[in-house]
Amino acid sequence: MQQQGNRFFFNVDWIAVLIYIALCVIGFTNIYASIPHPDTATAFDFSSSYGKQLIYVISGLVLGLSILLFDGRLFNVFAPFIYGITLILLLAVLFVGRNVGGNQAWIPIGSFRLQPSEFAKFGTALVLARYVSTFNPKFRDFKSIFIAGIIVAVPLLLIMMQPDTGSALVFLAFMFPLYREGLSGYFLLIFLGMIVLFVADFLVPVSILIIILLTISGLFIYANKRKQKLIITTVFVTLIAIGYLFLVKIAYDKILQPHQRNRIELMLGLKTDNKGAGYNVIQSQIAIGSGQATGRGFLQGTQTKYGYVPAQSTDFIFSTIGEEWGFIGCAVVIGLYVFLLLRLVNLAERQRSTFSRVYGYSVACILFFHVFINIGMTIGIIPVIGIPLPFISYGGSSLWSFTILLFIFLKLDSNRMGFI
Amino acid sequence: MEQLFNRKYIIQGLFIIIAIILLSKLFYIQIISDKAFVAAESNVLKKKFKYPARGAILDRKMRVIVQNEPVYDLMVIPNEVKPFDTLALANALEISIEDVRKNLRKARLKSNYQATPFSKQISVQSYARLQEIMYRFPGFSTQDRTIRHYPDSVGGQLFGYVKEVDSADIARSEGFYKPGDYKGKSGLEFSYEEILRGEKGVINTVYDAKNIPQGSYADGKYDVNAVSGERLISGIDIQVQKLGEELMKNKVGAIVAIEPSSGEILAFVSSPGYDPNLLVGKRQGNNYMDLIGNPYKPSLVRPIQGKYPPGSSFKPIDALLGLQEGVIDVNMTFNCPGYYMAGNHKVKCEHVDGNISMRRGIARSCNTYFCHVFQKLITKNGMKNQRQTYQDWRDKIAKFGFGQKLDIDLPFEKQGYFYNADHYDKIYGKRWGYTTVISQAIGQGEITATPLQIANAMAIIANRGYYIRPHLIRAMGDKIKKEYVEKNYVGVDAKYFEPVIDGMQDCVNTPWGTAVLSRIPNILMCGKTGTVQNPHGKNHSVFIGFAPRDNPKIAIAVIVENAGYGSTYAAPIASYMVEKYLTGQVSGARASQVEWMKNQNLLPLLIDKSKKLKLTKADSLIIRKTDSLKRLNDSLKLKTATAKRAFSAKLAKKNNVIIKPDENKK
Ligand SMILES: [Zn+2]
Repeated sequence: MQQQGNRFFFNVDWIAVLIYIALCVIGFTNIYASIPHPDTATAFDFSSSYGKQLIYVISGLVLGLSILLFDGRLFNVFAPFIYGITLILLLAVLFVGRNVGGNQAWIPIGSFRLQPSEFAKFGTALVLARYVSTFNPKFRDFKSIFIAGIIVAVPLLLIMMQPDTGSALVFLAFMFPLYREGLSGYFLLIFLGMIVLFVADFLVPVSILIIILLTISGLFIYANKRKQKLIITTVFVTLIAIGYLFLVKIAYDKILQPHQRNRIELMLGLKTDNKGAGYNVIQSQIAIGSGQATGRGFLQGTQTKYGYVPAQSTDFIFSTIGEEWGFIGCAVVIGLYVFLLLRLVNLAERQRSTFSRVYGYSVACILFFHVFINIGMTIGIIPVIGIPLPFISYGGSSLWSFTILLFIFLKLDSNRMGFI
Repeated sequence: MEQLFNRKYIIQGLFIIIAIILLSKLFYIQIISDKAFVAAESNVLKKKFKYPARGAILDRKMRVIVQNEPVYDLMVIPNEVKPFDTLALANALEISIEDVRKNLRKARLKSNYQATPFSKQISVQSYARLQEIMYRFPGFSTQDRTIRHYPDSVGGQLFGYVKEVDSADIARSEGFYKPGDYKGKSGLEFSYEEILRGEKGVINTVYDAKNIPQGSYADGKYDVNAVSGERLISGIDIQVQKLGEELMKNKVGAIVAIEPSSGEILAFVSSPGYDPNLLVGKRQGNNYMDLIGNPYKPSLVRPIQGKYPPGSSFKPIDALLGLQEGVIDVNMTFNCPGYYMAGNHKVKCEHVDGNISMRRGIARSCNTYFCHVFQKLITKNGMKNQRQTYQDWRDKIAKFGFGQKLDIDLPFEKQGYFYNADHYDKIYGKRWGYTTVISQAIGQGEITATPLQIANAMAIIANRGYYIRPHLIRAMGDKIKKEYVEKNYVGVDAKYFEPVIDGMQDCVNTPWGTAVLSRIPNILMCGKTGTVQNPHGKNHSVFIGFAPRDNPKIAIAVIVENAGYGSTYAAPIASYMVEKYLTGQVSGARASQVEWMKNQNLLPLLIDKSKKLKLTKADSLIIRKTDSLKRLNDSLKLKTATAKRAFSAKLAKKNNVIIKPDENKK
């Protein structure tokens, strides 16, 4: 603390910052590659998407570093306030939002398009951390689970109403910090079970699923026939599961929109479509697969160059990486993410304050959801859910919100010695 | 209670597991499977083929007899078709909307990803209209090609035809041919396919996702220019060929003319013939079916597939062999009482010639004389050795090209029958001799030959002892078989030819010759008429000959089926051909004879097979009673004679491209 600057940047985890910068550079490079390059345009063009992205990256870095200048305690203090603003923005976007691709997602501010759902993530993360750190609930009682659930559900439902299912799904990531704070692992298992049953519901006739469920629970009850309480729970869970199966069917037909149903069916291989919704995924997989082990090289990807992958600089940016840098490039990117995520969890665990830890877990898990869903989508193991790849996809809103998300935690981490 | 901070490992473990799942799938699509790589290439890379012009064919006087005409095909890649204005396309092509849909369905069946013909050989107007609105039909493209054109409209069976390859061709070529390619299917187009077809060019163009061309692939490194097919020079004299086809109009038969010194074929007439242009273009399929269905079988290439007993044209060869073997000499005479007795079997002669020598025997075509020669040839080693001597004789005659393919440069050549001794062993056991096979002395019986073989035998006599394998395309570099310049000696000394040729000269040029009416003024043609007994109907009229006697330029064989005496039709036709070839025209009074000949309708009556079948059924009882199939057939022929005439006229009218039977026959 000899110098002014050092006081602000003291104890900052520079490894995480370096990974952040690396991912931003990778993003810029691939966005540069994924737009057409006429031979005549030699000058650097700031009106092009790569030009804009450079501005976003630089301003993002400035934004991140300036967050480090704040007093970390402010985030604790202002958490409810920030959460409130994001909720207001989420409400506002439903009324004044610009309709993009069927979603009310954007609020135009001048030439810039504000996407409140991006900012709702750290708003929610902050307020959740505040709640846990203030009341120190162990999530063994209904009340604390309910309150935490409400904190997450309100922005989630508002985003669903846009409707932006992809961004809403990301809010499920908050299960993991709650799990870390004491929420029973059964919730994760139930969640996993719901996904498995959801998928199975499409692949296997309901009647067979019910027989399987009844058989399993019957065997389970037989094995535990002395434990009355467990038998009751099992019967209860089985009945709920069967109800869930029917509910999914009904919800699928009544609530999901045709294009969403289409995407799910495509992903599950229930139908093929080379032209419509399946086109993106097929073209993205072709581009990635054609990169083979070492890739075609920078600016050499034909699928990228000639625009075969729609939305390539935003949601499908990973296809450019796959095509031009090959398996090695993909492995490096995924490796960087995994390294960052593991590091963030480790950083979170070394916090003295519960607030910082919960927030740190939230950041790691939100990033994890984004990375898994986005890359999974580009290689066809997850239905097409339009969410960006953190730090890499084109777009100011998402880059800045991820930057804020990450750097708030890095600031909190640098203050870990003090009390917040 | 568990330590909550241990849950960090579960969460971190989940991160790692998910990362491994992502990497596994990436490993599969990027490294294990190459499907994506192939798909990526086919996404951006489109090959456009440049079809080379097929090689032209010239005749011996360098006149173009086979050439090319440009046509345009509309191609489609069904997978790239987006909803389009069906009506606009239908209007541009002048077809119905239903046809547009039908063609698209057909193309889809062929291939979804490759350019497939949508509408072939569209008109120039359609092509021009289309060029302006092509952009409205993604997935469609035009492809320019050339098709064959035969300016003289003759030589259908000679030139053959070119057709789009079928799946069997593609499979056989191991991928050389692609759907939409064309290939010679018969005739010269087939034989010289590899020289005529040239090399297909290809232009690789990179296309972006909107199907807009982005320039050539790898700077054209993999592009190939089309190389036109090579030009072939044929030995055909197209004027003589044309005259031959006209003379053979409304007749069934064949003419083969050969330049003896080179083996080049001067004329190759198969009648009934057809205009080779019929098998070009849109109507190819229908016309082809018409030809196949035509009862006079124009699809049969008679010069190399027709099998005729060589008849009297065989006699000079008998004489030559007799002289070579020393069983006769020029002055030896035999007595002809109008027949020859081979054991109990009587071989009739057309005349009572009395004591007759070789020269006159040839000129008069005396059966008796040649039966005696044959007797001497087969019995020269004693009566017990006849079998071996026959085989020996047979092998010597075979050197003249009988009983074997001459390897002409056309596909599907037949070799005719000329049996070895063991064939007769099978029929007669060991108890057979010259009397059993005496009909071979006069070119009858079991022996059959193609008109090409017969003409070739004449070339041998003209050459005084050798032949060059007859061929249609003149030797050209090393691409033509070297067999087409090699002399094949037949094993008869040159000196024995002159007396035989004397007889053939007399045949055409003396009052007692059988072909004296076909004498050509100022040209000394040597020849031999033949009247080939036809078990199925009226005798075939045959003439063989060559001219001029010294330094012969043309050897010829003419066969007119069911036309009777050789002197009536075959000999004059041959003489017109010879005169036309040697002098460029048929002069004097003979010019009007040519016109007369062209108008002769000698088409044999057709037997209505459907009627015959019905009657056979109805009269099955009679068959059992009479126990003689032959007699029944005769009676049926009589019964249906009138119906047959009408039927054949109807058939010929339907296939008006082929023959119009002349009702004023004779
Ligand atoms: Zn006689």
